[in-house]
Amino acid sequence: MIDWLLLFSNAAQEIISPTTAAYALAALGLAVHFGFTGLLNFGQAGFMALGAYGYAIATLTFGWPVWGAVLFGIVASIVFALILGVPTLRLRADYLAIVTIAAAEILRLLFTTNTFEPVTGSANGLQGYKGGFEDLNPIPAGTYGFGPWVYNEYDWWVRIFGWGLVALAALITWRLMKSPWGRVIKGIREDEDAVRALGKNVYFYKMQSLIIGGVFGSLAGMIFILPRAVVPSNYQTSLTFFIYAILLLGGAATVLGPILGSVVFWVLLSFFSGFVARAVEAGWLPFMSSVQAGQLRFILVGVAIMLIVIYRPQGILGNKKELAFVK
Amino acid sequence: MSSSAGANGAPVKSTGLHVGEPAPGVKKVDPIIVADGIKRQFGGLTAVDVEHLEIPRGAITALIGPNGAGKTTLFNLLTGFDKPNEGTWTFDGQSISGVPAFRVARKGQVRTFQLTKALGLLTVLDNMKLGAKGQSGESLARALFPWFWRKEEQEIEARAIDLLTRFKLDAKKDDYAASLSGGQRKLLEMARALMSQPTLVMLDEPMAGVNPALTQSLLDHILDLKKEGMTVLFVEHDMHMVRHIADWVVVMAEGRVVAEGDPHEVMANPAVIDAYLGSHHDQDLGDPDTGVVTAIKELADDDADESKH
Ligand SMILES: Nc1ncnc2c1ncn2[C@@H]1O[C@H](COP(=O)(O)OP(=O)(O)OP(=O)(O)O)[C@@H](O)[C@H]1O
Ligand SMILES: [Mg+2]
Repeated sequence: MIDWLLLFSNAAQEIISPTTAAYALAALGLAVHFGFTGLLNFGQAGFMALGAYGYAIATLTFGWPVWGAVLFGIVASIVFALILGVPTLRLRADYLAIVTIAAAEILRLLFTTNTFEPVTGSANGLQGYKGGFEDLNPIPAGTYGFGPWVYNEYDWWVRIFGWGLVALAALITWRLMKSPWGRVIKGIREDEDAVRALGKNVYFYKMQSLIIGGVFGSLAGMIFILPRAVVPSNYQTSLTFFIYAILLLGGAATVLGPILGSVVFWVLLSFFSGFVARAVEAGWLPFMSSVQAGQLRFILVGVAIMLIVIYRPQGILGNKKELAFVK
Repeated sequence: MSSSAGANGAPVKSTGLHVGEPAPGVKKVDPIIVADGIKRQFGGLTAVDVEHLEIPRGAITALIGPNGAGKTTLFNLLTGFDKPNEGTWTFDGQSISGVPAFRVARKGQVRTFQLTKALGLLTVLDNMKLGAKGQSGESLARALFPWFWRKEEQEIEARAIDLLTRFKLDAKKDDYAASLSGGQRKLLEMARALMSQPTLVMLDEPMAGVNPALTQSLLDHILDLKKEGMTVLFVEHDMHMVRHIADWVVVMAEGRVVAEGDPHEVMANPAVIDAYLGSHHDQDLGDPDTGVVTAIKELADDDADESKH
């Protein structure tokens, strides 16, 4: 029989999992790019990879402390944003889309190739970079928590750190978007020539936005690798599209939307994967192998997202009024 | 034909703007824009080919001409939204050839667009506030700390509401600009341009789609701008309006300036009617511009009648 309690409890764990936090932060970066500025960045996976590899390589190869490694990942993503932005941000919006999707793939292949094996670990990736972060943990050893959320000191530290970063990024985004700077940014999304005609350096603002969202993506990449290893195959284009799905689910031009979107996405994914696996075990789906069942969860999540998008096209937290005017 | 003040509330016209005989490229006493040898080609088509043009300061200048004459293209070139194949031009004595659009706007030369660009998903008030120049809160570093810009923001808001009231849009200030009607968007775009306190406003068909009841108040706004010391350059197809408010008229056809002069002289100039009728002069093809030609002829006749009395 299916243990429903276990299913729900596993799903509930996703609410505060570091992976959820990482996706939320990456989606928040995309909200800055796409939702607020109208920049079509299809390379968020690349920014995340830079954060992950930047942190791991700085720790393992250079032997840098945690803060230095974090800074290295941030600087890497800023450089990446500049490389992407300088040639494309003066052009029409679609150029950025093409360049970002290609650049993110190039990055992933560079991390995968054997040529840089000693530094990147090629297809096997990197591990053993968590020591410095563990040493910073102020929580005494032991297990804490209640209900489904019982973890040891490291797992709590990862969650607190990850969600702390998400909260900080959300606060910064919220402040920025309520400021005159945010007004210019939203104006650019609506019509950049009109903003130019009012004397604003549109190119410069778009670059700032690309960098901010990219740094969020890079930090998300760092959170993402704290509970696991760095593996290049995690940073495929599909990662970017999952993050877009999360963004649209929550509401593209909102601050809390991407965060809520990530929670909903991961809770649904966990619930459906648990459900399908148990259902196969219990013989409810005799026509299916367990490998096929593993794929079914994505179909179910896809259907759930489609339903939300059909019945709430502005996203969970989006403004219904805006939708009446979408061109 | 000098300044025709008051009798029926007609606006005061500025005169004595030019030096010598009014002809294409005539020198102005105090030009704000001086353009030389501007040429813009799209493939084989020469959209703009202006040898010399001066726009008088402190006056209202109308730029007229049939569809496709190159008026909007000239606007785009002068404001840095497009680059010419050749040519130089100055604004306020400074060369601004090749200067990017946003810098041109910062220098005080602000334009509106023929196809209105209201920022749909910003409120009307935010549209207005965006127009204000040199806001410290628009820098990323200060944006995070509201105490740097809160006071400035309040001043800008007060100015915005004041302008919105003048344009009868104050009741709409919290609505999305996307919810405005076409004419209201024209008004908003003009008001937004004024938020930057420009020295030269360039309006591309400000009256297109604005209902006649509102036209009068828009005309009054434009006349007010002149009173406040601004220079206005506008493109318009409505000849009655051109004659009513313009101090000076520049006529373009097929990319060239074919006539210049005060409205009355220009309307009486056969070159202008030629420009509108183009090569179809003798053929009765139901030319789309015959309405304009009729208006020009009527207005020229009016003048003739007036001078008899
Ligand atoms: N981006 C472009 N590409 C190709 N041709 C163009 C472009 N922009 C304008 N043209 C051509 O240049 C000529 C002048 O166009 P422009 O828009 O300046 O006319 P206009 O005087 O503003 O006309 P209207 O009164 O209809 O607005 C037209 O023949 C037009 O087809
Ligand atoms: Mg035009």
